[in-house]
Amino acid sequence: MSDVLKAPLVVEFPFTRSLGPVQSAFLTGLRERTVLGVRTGDGRILVPPVEYDPHTAEELRDLVEVAPTGTVTTWAWNPAPRPGQPLDTPFAWALVRLDGADTALLHALDAPGPDAVRTGMRVRIRWAAERTGAITDIACLEPYDGEAAHEVRPHDGVFGNPVTGIVAPARLDYTYTPGRAQSAYLRALAERRTVGERCPSCAKVYVPPRGACPTCGVATTDRVEVGPRGTVTTFCVVNIKAKNLDIEVPYVYAHIALDGAGLALHGRIAGIPYDQVRMGLRVEPVWSDDGRHPDHYQPTGEPDADYDTYKELL
Amino acid sequence: MTAHRDVAIVAFAQTRHRARTEELSEVEMLMPVLHEVLARTGLKTSDIGFTCSGSSDYLAGRPFSFTMALDGVGAWPPIAESHVEQDGAWALYEAWVKILTGEADTALVYGYGKSSPGPLRDVLTRQLDPYYLAPLWPDSVALAALQAQALLDAGDTDERDLAAIAARNRDNATANPFAQLPGARPQGDYVVRPLRTGDCAPVGDGAAAVILAAGDTARALCDRPAWIRGMDHRVEPHALGVRDLTDSPSTRLAATRAGAFDRPVDTAELHAPFTAQEVVLRKALSLGDDVRINPSGGPLAANPVMAAGLIRLGEAAARIHRGASDRALAHATSGPCLQQNLVAVLEGEPRDR
Repeated sequence: MSDVLKAPLVVEFPFTRSLGPVQSAFLTGLRERTVLGVRTGDGRILVPPVEYDPHTAEELRDLVEVAPTGTVTTWAWNPAPRPGQPLDTPFAWALVRLDGADTALLHALDAPGPDAVRTGMRVRIRWAAERTGAITDIACLEPYDGEAAHEVRPHDGVFGNPVTGIVAPARLDYTYTPGRAQSAYLRALAERRTVGERCPSCAKVYVPPRGACPTCGVATTDRVEVGPRGTVTTFCVVNIKAKNLDIEVPYVYAHIALDGAGLALHGRIAGIPYDQVRMGLRVEPVWSDDGRHPDHYQPTGEPDADYDTYKELL
Repeated sequence: MTAHRDVAIVAFAQTRHRARTEELSEVEMLMPVLHEVLARTGLKTSDIGFTCSGSSDYLAGRPFSFTMALDGVGAWPPIAESHVEQDGAWALYEAWVKILTGEADTALVYGYGKSSPGPLRDVLTRQLDPYYLAPLWPDSVALAALQAQALLDAGDTDERDLAAIAARNRDNATANPFAQLPGARPQGDYVVRPLRTGDCAPVGDGAAAVILAAGDTARALCDRPAWIRGMDHRVEPHALGVRDLTDSPSTRLAATRAGAFDRPVDTAELHAPFTAQEVVLRKALSLGDDVRINPSGGPLAANPVMAAGLIRLGEAAARIHRGASDRALAHATSGPCLQQNLVAVLEGEPRDR
């Protein structure tokens, strides 16, 4: 198909995460311009700190303060920063072993160009002006020509108003393409028609079609127009209003077997008091103002369908 | 882990991997390869003892997308089914264990991914540690570039060597009708230095499926089954700064447990989406120049995320099926900088019998 349907699809979520005792101390420390590490049983200092030794799984709680200066252990020049990255001008990603630490921390290194960066170079933390208790409290790293300081001081990890959680916002921008079967369904809806697809093996008509018969595992290619009328096979009465929903409660949400369809789809029933909706009620679609989909279904006035005509579709 | 029951890969199929497949939904992309492995063995869905898949919702940005893909299997009457939010190679591992326990005699395994709908480099940041790494959005190429620089600093490789790896893989892919990038191409500019365009796997969409079978069932379904002699998977500590990025002890350990070092292999299909990672894997697996590496072209020629590892097992098995290999190693990876690694050893029976 030459003109594939596509639409922007944004997935966005503010993940709320709680912190354990070590992560809480580390991130609160960053807020206070203090970098904490954790000492392992064999005396190594891990920065950033973790709660369990990655080699022995031993619980780690022995916090120490390390220096805000360090040495690059490896790096990579990023000529085109991407959304969300710490700097919006070209920078180096760097793994940095802070003075006093035995492991390396990943962050952005602000440097004029790749020729100004090398493994072994000395750097220091540039603190963010506003700090909240997050890894981004380190704005970035910057070149620093001082000598390594290896003094490691014990730290109780106690700060006023400790950070116990972070909110990590994430946004990803996709382009959604629905595929052949659903594209045909959406195009037909725009013409106020409902199409399904018939399974060549079991003859069931799927609506909306997804391109495959989940029973037989084969492609459904035979397009079939169904409805517009249908039968309520089962329903429920909704009594609690959903957020941002402009529909008065109570209302009826039903499974509707469109004439000719092999399974029921779902929709709202209106144009009849909610307590008079019943199995077997004959309904027809009422299209939304923009005409892109049925807004709800209303009674046709026909006699109710006989149970035997829809019992397989419940 | 080594096998106490004979289990083999008896059929393999894959899509023609492409940069985008806008006209196809996931199930529409996947279904032909499911049908192909079933047709190749003559099995029907109802004959399959266990079905297992690998995929990730983050690629397409859609929740529970694997349930939709399951429509392509045909799940009536009800089937025994499982899913891993991982490369299909790990689904194969689960299916193998299922057969080893005697719970099934055959298994259908598939993996698929459409990377084209979203920005893959950014999407993959969501698999990182959410406290210290993910808020910085270090993309997948950036992390691989850190590993590459570590190798350069250690003297394990240089940019010419990396270019030669890219060229060899894509040359090999000219014999692979399914490859997305067959044939050598310019190394291009730096994406994240020291990695250039040519050092990175293409982004694309694709799917793969295999059928596993035990003992005599395998012999009945395939002229020369690819027997799984051992398979194991291991993981590194998740913090990159804790690891030596120039080495892959998890790969070496998995290979040891899988029996890879018991006898030489003639072929290795390595899941290295970046040229520098092939250097790490060759060292970890002690692969010499006598081993044919990625005759398929490997992930540098086609890298459908969540299927590319399963394809390594499938390609290694297919070479055994057609007599091009007698003992092959297949490797799959997942996560940044070779974080998780799976190694399988496949063998064909001696051909002079």
